[in-house]
Amino acid sequence: MNKILFFAHLRDAVGEEFLSVDASGKTVAELKAELSAKYNLPKMDTVMTAVNEEFAANDEVIRDGDEIAFIPPVSGG
Amino acid sequence: MMYQISKEPIDIQAVIDKVVQREAGAITTFIGTVRELTKGKKTLFLIYEAYEAMAVKKLEQIGQEIEQRWEGSCVAITHRVGRLDITDVAVVIAVSTPHRADAYDANRYAIERIKEIVPIWKKEHWEEGEAWMGNQLETVAYPSGKPEESDLNE
Repeated sequence: MNKILFFAHLRDAVGEEFLSVDASGKTVAELKAELSAKYNLPKMDTVMTAVNEEFAANDEVIRDGDEIAFIPPVSGG
Repeated sequence: MMYQISKEPIDIQAVIDKVVQREAGAITTFIGTVRELTKGKKTLFLIYEAYEAMAVKKLEQIGQEIEQRWEGSCVAITHRVGRLDITDVAVVIAVSTPHRADAYDANRYAIERIKEIVPIWKKEHWEEGEAWMGNQLETVAYPSGKPEESDLNE
């Protein structure tokens, strides 16, 4: 299983801080597209992805147990 | 702990004290505060949210970049999360270096990098509503799914 974390406007859209999903074998892009469609997530082209707390490319393949986070454009500072 | 996310108000002096070193000739401190007016729009308060574990890692990365780029530098950064009112301190960056010019440059580099790669978000609350802020104009897209090298190394 994989823990999928959402932040900022994505958390509001999904209505949960995280989901538990089996995403192993999928690419980051596939998971993103799937969740984007299911939850009607806005502005996903601007959203980065982190796998195990490090930025990941769209073609990275997710393994069982990876923690995935969708990172909207940041606004700290 | 040179890099922290804090739910409590930041002790500015404590951040500065972390970078005191005998080799230093300068310490610069950046204090980011909550502004009331942005383009004429009045902010009531802000909520900052972080992906804390990754945010700390990315602050550490920024510190390492600075220590490689400016020899003899020492960096400490604390970013606040939770509800902040106008004038509250959102972030404190302290940098010490052997010479003053480097302390200014390295500190500026740190805040610009925070705005690029550290997973922290602010929600603005105005009189007439609220919204999560991305980069201010929502003009940044990441077609490959992560920041480009040029975003990361400018």
